[in-house]
Amino acid sequence: MSYELIGITVLWIFLYGYLIVASIDFGAGFFAYFARVTKQDHLINRLISRYLSPVWEITNVFFVFFFVGIVGFFPDTAYYYGSSLLIPGSIAIILLAIRGSFYAFENYGSKDNTLYLFLYGATGLLIPASLSVALTLSEGGFIVEESGRVSLEYLTLFTSPLSWSIVALAIVSVLFISATFLTFYASRADDQPALKLLRSYALFWSTPTIIAALTAFIFLSQHNERHAANMMEMWWLLGLSVAFFMLSMWLLYSGRRYGLAFISVMLQFFCAFFAYGIGHYPFILDPYITIQEGATHESMGIALVIAFIGGLCLLIPSLILVFKLFLFDADYVKGKK
Amino acid sequence: MDIDTVLWSRLLTGLTLTFHVIFATVGVGVPLMIAIAEFVGIRKKDPHYILMAKRWTRGFIISVAVGVVTGTAIALQLALVWPNFMQLAGNVVALPLFMEVFAFFFEAIFLGIYLYTWNRFKNPYTHWLLTFPIVIGAGMSAFFITTVNGFMNQPEGFVLENGAFSAVNPVAAMLNTATPSKVFHVLSSAYMTGAALLAGVAAFMILKKGASQYYKKSLKLMMAVTLVFSLLTVVAGDLSAKFLAKHQPEKLAAAEWHFETERGADLLVFGWLNENQEPTGALRIPNALSFLGFGDFNAEVIGLEAFPQDEWPPLLVHYLFDLMVSVGFIILGISALYFLFLFWKKRNEYNKWLLRGIVASVPLAFLGVELGWFYAEIGRQPWIIRGYMRVEEAATSSPNVIWLFFVFLLLYIILGTLCVIVLRRLFRNNPAEAELEKHVKEIEQRAAGGGEPS
Repeated sequence: MSYELIGITVLWIFLYGYLIVASIDFGAGFFAYFARVTKQDHLINRLISRYLSPVWEITNVFFVFFFVGIVGFFPDTAYYYGSSLLIPGSIAIILLAIRGSFYAFENYGSKDNTLYLFLYGATGLLIPASLSVALTLSEGGFIVEESGRVSLEYLTLFTSPLSWSIVALAIVSVLFISATFLTFYASRADDQPALKLLRSYALFWSTPTIIAALTAFIFLSQHNERHAANMMEMWWLLGLSVAFFMLSMWLLYSGRRYGLAFISVMLQFFCAFFAYGIGHYPFILDPYITIQEGATHESMGIALVIAFIGGLCLLIPSLILVFKLFLFDADYVKGKK
Repeated sequence: MDIDTVLWSRLLTGLTLTFHVIFATVGVGVPLMIAIAEFVGIRKKDPHYILMAKRWTRGFIISVAVGVVTGTAIALQLALVWPNFMQLAGNVVALPLFMEVFAFFFEAIFLGIYLYTWNRFKNPYTHWLLTFPIVIGAGMSAFFITTVNGFMNQPEGFVLENGAFSAVNPVAAMLNTATPSKVFHVLSSAYMTGAALLAGVAAFMILKKGASQYYKKSLKLMMAVTLVFSLLTVVAGDLSAKFLAKHQPEKLAAAEWHFETERGADLLVFGWLNENQEPTGALRIPNALSFLGFGDFNAEVIGLEAFPQDEWPPLLVHYLFDLMVSVGFIILGISALYFLFLFWKKRNEYNKWLLRGIVASVPLAFLGVELGWFYAEIGRQPWIIRGYMRVEEAATSSPNVIWLFFVFLLLYIILGTLCVIVLRRLFRNNPAEAELEKHVKEIEQRAAGGGEPS
């Protein structure tokens, strides 16, 4: 395998990792706010903040990691995406800044500030929407390069059904992933009222998720036939994704094995995400950047891969430690530590 | 219009970095202080120091949050505002950028664990060991990111062919000639600032509410750390000057208004430039610049005239340089004075004026860090990669950057204000003495048997 393929694979896995951990985080923020408004916060807020407090910073790093990685492996992305995403990217920065700092202000500083909680919850839905713009752009047709100036065609972007269907998919999947995870977390904490509420959220958001996924795929096939055709060649991966979705639904509905339900949601997104990514090959940005031509020098590519392996040797044990201490330690989850 | 976009791009990046540096310095400096306090506490079995570590951590986490989000902002802005720079330089500096994120990742993980595992381990040293990855992670991220800045000042590790970098050696680019002195200076000044900040808080509380045991201990411990690191900062500054004299003479020459190449060059302290661009009213120390640059009073120092005028750094960097150096010596002086008073029985180390000086060291230390960075960055103008890429070739062509400057300015004002408000509320409603009582009770309960929920 060439270093640029290793690079993009690794980055794609990291983006998937971000998708999962960030969805949990973003959705939790929304549910925390929603529960406060509907006066049910006494049921779930303590549970949510118990999970989020030790890990919110880690979530943020996943994102920076993907971002720095893609610019490192494929410097051309900095030029094209950097030039065209100045405004959407800056909006995302501002939302992330509000979210991160207000989480800390609310949780470690002044408790029970509804305004902070509102900003925290609202940004949780706006960030996935603003970040998904980058995915839409990668399909091509939104970025124009004229006499050395790269610019974004806002009108095309805002009138494209594809971009809106991707935004919708991003938002509903965030809520679905998050609700499933929190259901599992509540069942570990043996917190029945929270479990009941969160399970209803998970069941509620499952239908829009699958509908949004189908819609987005249909619009994608109209916008970029090559990509959609590539994805159809991996029909078995898409089929697996649907199968995992059914499994998770069945488990949630029958109210048992919530851990397995969450794992099958993770696998559902894993299959779909990789079918999407592999179908995108060889383009990173259609038609300007391909994986082969956009890659950095070989020596840098290899250095990055080595740094990456070294970094993982450090990170994986540390992440396992975090999980052991805060996720799988029943006493901590129940609030006894 | 194009020039305007470049100017606003510079201002936007400058704004984000100026704001970020405050929190980044706290982020690098304070973890070491927490580790020291917890260690002393465990060693001496003194709950005062443990409480110090706990309280500092609580304040620290708030500033970390702002540091994390502004750090994310600058990471993204590098590509958004300087797309051409990242496209070119990314080929050479991606490695340290990538590793910086790893170091930060590592720190983030253990900070979360440290925060939620006070009382979870039998042996108190186990919890203390968790500070190691935090201190190391913070130090390493400072190291890696400083190497990137070092590269921009002293580009090495590649060959330029037809406007593109080739034969890239990522490690040589990372460990460029500028790296050692820069990293040393950044780390020592961050630790000095972290200690000065905590000493300043203690001095402030003593001035306001009288000297309690807790604040006396906190002051003494942090003044000792300040003294050590302000000494190291002076050494690091001297090494940096020697580096500049040898490898980046135009930056040193601009800082010293040294126009003509000569042996036995004088050092200029303060003063101003008259309309003929001649330094006036400055205190001249004969031959001192030669000594500062080369350790030899008669060494030759290259003057600005040796460079084409359109490659001169702005001459105002002289003020930044002098102010930075003054700040360093003032803080060193105040901490030395504190220990002089402490050991010389006739004097009281809780002298009001001395305490006021220690409080004043806090803004001074942060000012020093900012001035130092301003000098380093403005002194590199007009280059973004010295000798290879000019700033105007690197900036985005989007005119929207003007609006973004004001949007981000507003964001930072709000974040900064809220951060101060939240920190004040956190400590004002919960004085150290009251918490100490609670803390001691907890320890007694635990000694009496059984775990206790916290």
